[in-house]
Order: sequence, then C-alpha cells, then structure tokens
Amino acid sequence: MAETAPSSWFDIAIAALKRNEVKLITYVPDRVLAPLIKGLQADPYFEVIVATREEEAAGIVTGAWMGGVRGAVLMQTSGFATLPNVIASLLVPYQVPAILIVSERGTLGEFNVGQALVCRTMRPVLESLATEHHTVTRIDEFDFILDRSIKQAVMTQSPATLILSPLLTGGKVL
Amino acid sequence: MTQTITIGNVPVQVMNRFDLSQRLVRLLKNDEAIVAGIGNTNFDLWAAGRRPQNFYMLGSMGLAFPIALGVAIAQPQRHVIGLEGDGSLLMQLGALATIAAHKARNLTMIVWDNQSYQITGSQPTATAGVADIVDVARGCGIKQSLWARSPEDFEAQVTKAIAGGEKTLIAAKTDNDQPHGQTHRDPVLIRENFMQGLGVRSATTFAAD
Repeated sequence: MAETAPSSWFDIAIAALKRNEVKLITYVPDRVLAPLIKGLQADPYFEVIVATREEEAAGIVTGAWMGGVRGAVLMQTSGFATLPNVIASLLVPYQVPAILIVSERGTLGEFNVGQALVCRTMRPVLESLATEHHTVTRIDEFDFILDRSIKQAVMTQSPATLILSPLLTGGKVL
Repeated sequence: MTQTITIGNVPVQVMNRFDLSQRLVRLLKNDEAIVAGIGNTNFDLWAAGRRPQNFYMLGSMGLAFPIALGVAIAQPQRHVIGLEGDGSLLMQLGALATIAAHKARNLTMIVWDNQSYQITGSQPTATAGVADIVDVARGCGIKQSLWARSPEDFEAQVTKAIAGGEKTLIAAKTDNDQPHGQTHRDPVLIRENFMQGLGVRSATTFAAD
C-alpha cells in the first residue's frame, strides 16, 4: 500500500492498475480522463498508447494479454458505442480480460444531445452481452470496485467495464 | 500464364494466397507468431499447416494488425506477423498510423490484396480502383512498405523483414482462388493454443496421471 492514501480519483485508478499489474494502457482521448492519461504517461511503469479508434485500442490490449501483459482501454461513452462488435466477437468469445474504463458523458448535465442519446445505448449493450460492469459514483468506493473488478476479470477471463460517473469525476460541463 | 499488374512503373505478379501462405509458414524457424484476419486470410493460413503460434480471428474485422502489435509489445524478443486482407485493412487504416508511431520493431504486416471482398461475393474494394495499400502505409509512416513482385520476391522480402529489425509492410496482389480449408471455430481453443504457443500458458490435461 502507498504511504499516504491517494486523494484524487485518477491517483486511485493509477494505484489500482499498478497493484494489479495492468501495465499496458491504450486510449482514445477524452477531456475528463485527461488527468488520468497524464498521470499514466508520467509513470514509467505503464506503457501508454493512443489509438485512432476504440476497436483498435481493444485489439492491442487483446494481443498483449495473449502475450502475457495485462491491459486496459480508456475511452468516453461515444467511443464505447463503437465497440459492441469487438466485445461480442473478440473479447467475450475468446475470454479476454480487457479492462474497459469509460468516462460517462450524456448524463447529469450533458449539453450535447448526441452524447445524451449514445449514453443510453451503453448499459443495454453491456447487459445484452451479460458482461460485468459497474458505475462508479463515489470516490471512497472506487479503489474497491476497480481492484476487485480487475481481479475478477483476470480470474474469470472476462472483460469488465467501469463507467466513471460525473459524480466521481466532475464530468464535462459548458 | 502469369498475370501482372503495373504499379507505378513496376510490374507485380498476381499471386496465389494459399501458395504464399505456404511459403510464409515454411520461412518461419523461430516460433514467430502470426495473427491472421477473418475469412479467406486465416482459412488459407490454417490450410498451410497448423502451428501453435497462429491466432485465427472469427470476427472483429480489421483487427489483425492491432492484435499483432499487442503481441509484439508483450513479447519483444519474438517476431510477430500480422496477416490481413485488403478489405479488412481498409476498415481499420488508422491502425497503420498507430503502429508506425510505436517503437516496436518486431512486427511485419502482410496484406493479401485481391482487390475484392471475395468471401461476400467478390464485390470490388477501393484497391480495385485507385487506392494503393503500400502508398497508404508509407503515408502513415511505415517507411518499409513494398509490393512483392513475385513469389520469390515475397520470400526474400519476408526473410529480410523477419531478420531486419525494422517494421515492414509487404503487400501482394492475389488472385480469387477459393481458400483451401476452413479454420476450426472454437475461440477458446484457438486462444488457449496460441497462448501455449507463445509460452504464456502450459498445456493443461485432464487425463489421469
């Protein structure tokens, strides 16, 4: 454990990823996730790769896991909406424990109707594929949820999705 | 009669995907990994001879190169080959820019360009018109991108790419011969075999000791 408990949501995420040996991070950029991406890039423990699409990011993490390195994909809600084909035809049937971390747009003050609508597709997709997912709203629960979700994903060889609510991150407002 | 296509001023032969797949497999001496894209690409790889270091996709069209990059990152001491068709690659061209930007050098990308979506009824792809896969790859920053001019040239380029320590994309114009087999379709078995082939997992048996 760290000498002092991390105080921000992104420091908690970095510590939990490291503790669980999730070394490869692929992402498509997102404003809310920017401090997490910056923190991961600043830490030599992690290899951080920007991808042009979320599908590609998930593919890289899949290859790395088969080669012996754990990985996570960072994205925003609209990016998740591009992933159902890859979740259904790669991550779930091949039993890949990819950790999908989604910054939630489209709710609690959204200003873009496109984001609001695409957000409503996310949980139904996750439910229809019966994959593990949690929405994180409280900072005092974040470490427990992320840590246990990574462990369960690895042990059960299943992808896990963590949706980071604006209640946790502050979200994005005009 | 061998058909040729002139690209730039260079004549390239139209080759056979199964023949080139066999030639590729024969060149591999160091347990190199192959990640093969969906459809006829991995069907002919399967028919060219099973290897535990072969990974066969059953969906996620366009992800052979990103998956290959992931394997190359995880196992920098192993050479990794991505096999993809023109239609699949056109679906995920951004991956070429991502791969070009990455420092991994143990990766070779091979594209079978038959200028069609053969498996769905041979509708033409953009490469049947003006799109040029090698130019696209070069434009993305993969400097070592070239057309194989003949089967012998393909073998020479693959040999050089595997030995060379530079990311390389080799494209081959291929004919519309039907694939010579079909992959097994159990994803868990495919993935588990591959991980054993990469030395990540050891073989599990439920047989009595």
